[in-house]
Amino acid sequence: MKIKKNVAISESGFIFNPTTGDSFSTNPIGLEIIRMLKDEKGKDDIRKAILSKYNADESTFEKDYYDFVMMLQNNQVGDEGE
Amino acid sequence: MKPKITVAVSGLNNIDSPGPGIPVIRALKESKDFDVNIIGLSYETLEPGLYMHDLVNKSYQIPLPSAGIDSLMERLSYINNQENVDVVIPNFDAELANFMKLEQRLKTELGISMFLPTQEQFDERHKANLYEFGQKHGVSVPYSKMMFSTNEINAIATEFSYPMVVKGKFYEAYIAYNPEQVANYFNKLSAKWGLPIIIQEYVFGSEVNVTALGDGQGNAISAVPMRKLFITDKGKAWAGISLDDDELVNIAKNVISSSKWRGGMELEFIKTAENKYYLLEINPRFPAWVYLAAGCGHNQPEALVKLALNKSVVPFGNYDIGKMFIRYSYDMIVDLKEFEQISTIGEL
Repeated sequence: MKIKKNVAISESGFIFNPTTGDSFSTNPIGLEIIRMLKDEKGKDDIRKAILSKYNADESTFEKDYYDFVMMLQNNQVGDEGE
Repeated sequence: MKPKITVAVSGLNNIDSPGPGIPVIRALKESKDFDVNIIGLSYETLEPGLYMHDLVNKSYQIPLPSAGIDSLMERLSYINNQENVDVVIPNFDAELANFMKLEQRLKTELGISMFLPTQEQFDERHKANLYEFGQKHGVSVPYSKMMFSTNEINAIATEFSYPMVVKGKFYEAYIAYNPEQVANYFNKLSAKWGLPIIIQEYVFGSEVNVTALGDGQGNAISAVPMRKLFITDKGKAWAGISLDDDELVNIAKNVISSSKWRGGMELEFIKTAENKYYLLEINPRFPAWVYLAAGCGHNQPEALVKLALNKSVVPFGNYDIGKMFIRYSYDMIVDLKEFEQISTIGEL
C-alpha cells in the first residue's frame, strides 16, 4: 500500500487528507509506519524495522499492521492498488 | 489612493442559517483595488448585520419580494438618491427574480450595476429543472421529479425507492423512509415554500460544495471546493475546510463554461464511496461561506464587483488548500434607539 501523494503528515503525527478534508492524529509508532509507507517501503521492510526497534512478536505485528493499513485505506489516506 | 465605491448588499441575516451578506461585505472590505462604502439592504429589523456598524455604513429596509418590482424600484431609487450606489449584490434566492427583472432599469435609470445570472440560467438550474440541467451540461444529477399533491405519492413510489429526498421549492430538504414521511414533509414544505415539492433520488456519500464565479462568457473566474466539518441542525456549515480536488473543480468549471454562468454561485455535490460526483443543487448566488474563498486567496465578491463595473478580471490561479473557517456566535449590545430607528423610519 502507498500513502497518497498529497496527504500531509506533520512531525506531531497529524495527518491531513486535502482531497477529503479529513484529518487524523496517530501515535509515534503509527507515524513511523506511515513515513515508511510514504517512502514506499514494503511490508517486509516495515516488519523488520518495527520488530528490531520494539518488543513485539510477529503475530502481534501482523494483526496490528493489518488493522492500521485497513484504517488508512478506509479513510482514503492510502491507495490499495498502488 | 484607492477609489471609493458604494456597494449595497442584502442578506444581512448573520444567524444560525446565515445569509451571505456579511461574508460578502468582509471580502469586499479586503479589496486591494478599491475602498467600499457599504449600504445594507434588509427585510427584517433583527438582521444582525444592521447593527454591525464596523462593516455596514448605513442600512435601509427594502420591500419583501412579494411586493413586486415597482415597490423595489421605488425604494432603490430613494436609496440611490441618498447614497449614490454603484453596485448592488442581492444575496437571497427569493429576491433574485425581482432584481434580475430590474437589472437593465437600474443600470439605465439609476446607474446601478449588478452582475446576476440571466433569467434562463436562473430558471434552468432551479431544483425542479436540475435533472434536465445535468443532462444538458453533462453533469450527473440524482433523478428527480416534481410533485404537486400527496395523491401522487403512490405513483412516485413506483419510480423511486426509499429512502428518497423531499425538497422544498426554495429551501430545506428531508430524507423520507416511507410514504407517511413523504406526506408529512410534503405538507410541511409546501406550507412554507409553496409548490411544487421536488422528490429526488437519495445518493449516499459525503457532501462537498463549491463556491464559484462565472464571467458570463463561459470563463470560470474562480471555483473553490469545501467540505463541511461541522453541520448545524439546519444542515448549515458551522465549520469547513478547502479541498484539493481537481475533479470537483473541473466539474464546476465545466458547468460554468457550458452554461456561460454569469455571477456568483454555489454548487452542492454528493461524492460517493466510488468517487463519483452528483450535483444536488445550484444556488444562484454566493454561499454564506464565501469568505473562505477570500481566505484562500480568491476574493470572489471583489471580482464580482469588478465584473459588474465592466472591469477586466483575470481568472484566479491556485487557492490555499486546507484553510478552515469556523463560525461563532457573538452577542451585540444594541441601544433600543437603533432598533426604534430601523423599525419606524426603515433606515439606520
